[in-house]
Amino acid sequence: MVLINLLLTFAKIGILGFGGGYAMIPLIQYEIAQYGWLTSAEFADIVAVSQMTPGPVGVNAATFIGIRAAGLPGALAATIGLLLPSLFIVSIAAHMVQKFKENAILSAILSGIRPAAIGLIGSAVMFFATMSVFSGDIREGEFGISLQGLGIFLIVLVLNKRFKLHPIYCVILSAALGILLFVYLPLWI
Amino acid sequence: MHTELSPLKRFLYLFGIFFRIGAFTIGGGYAMLPIIEKEFVSNKRWVSEEEMVDIIAIVQSLPGVIAFNTSMFIGFKIAGFAGAVIAALGMLLPSLIIISLFSLVYVSVQDNAYVQAAFMGIRAGVTALIGIAGFKLGRRVLVSALDAVIAAVSFAAVWYFSFSAAYTILIAAILGLLMYGIVKVRAYGID
Repeated sequence: MVLINLLLTFAKIGILGFGGGYAMIPLIQYEIAQYGWLTSAEFADIVAVSQMTPGPVGVNAATFIGIRAAGLPGALAATIGLLLPSLFIVSIAAHMVQKFKENAILSAILSGIRPAAIGLIGSAVMFFATMSVFSGDIREGEFGISLQGLGIFLIVLVLNKRFKLHPIYCVILSAALGILLFVYLPLWI
Repeated sequence: MHTELSPLKRFLYLFGIFFRIGAFTIGGGYAMLPIIEKEFVSNKRWVSEEEMVDIIAIVQSLPGVIAFNTSMFIGFKIAGFAGAVIAALGMLLPSLIIISLFSLVYVSVQDNAYVQAAFMGIRAGVTALIGIAGFKLGRRVLVSALDAVIAAVSFAAVWYFSFSAAYTILIAAILGLLMYGIVKVRAYGID
């Protein structure tokens, strides 16, 4: 019964959750309060952990809540519930895009959204730059630069762009450089 | 069709790539973009630059977890519905393992100075990676002055004014239709 509840609850979140992980958080919060699956302190923890571990926040929250409610089967029920609606919605969308590739109306829509998507990628760059390359939020008038962050940014920029270092190795290197420059460097100088 | 690999090998390849993406996507959907661009656009050429950008835009407007929507869309494009399932499972597995382990120990990693520092480093590195991937895609996709304006306005709306990404895409889609209508009206002289 718990498993079916988890599956259906997260399926509902998967269908209603427009706008990605952070837009899902209030939906998840509302549902776990209904069932008492997690305390609000535990939920705040899992959101914070999701930001620091691989994997999207929505899936991580579903996994964690599922485990707490019903062990590993609970985790599977919650994540499958969350992803199953998307699997069908996305497959239908992908099928339609393939089928109507030559259609003039679809081409017109795509010609509008393509440049907008580039703008979204730009905003993601600024999201990651804030509090890493920049020491504050430029939108709030804080124009400082973090020298360590800028250093890591430039190293990865050169290694990936010029020497074609795979993004995965760049991420591992960035983590190591982060520990070196933010933890150890202040101890040495 | 991609005949250079047998179906089984293609599924294994898909699973492997998405497993790695799941294990190294730290900080949400856009963080997976550099790996996807590298593997599917630059290396295998299974997805063109234009298709990649289309997918990024379309999945923003669909419900669900955006990173998974992206992987399922690409999986479907490469190997149909089974490809979408494989992509989702591959990406799910690392999260499932990591969060299960976390729930067992339940340590407070937030207060750990090393974890904080590693995360700061990753954010700085990912800034460069997404910047490069975005630059590669933008160079192919932004062909007219109007494209550049739409990109700049979308950037300002989403970043500076925290406007919803889904609505931005919706408005851009309507704009694309309007432009098409204007061109048609001009070509055929309908009023």
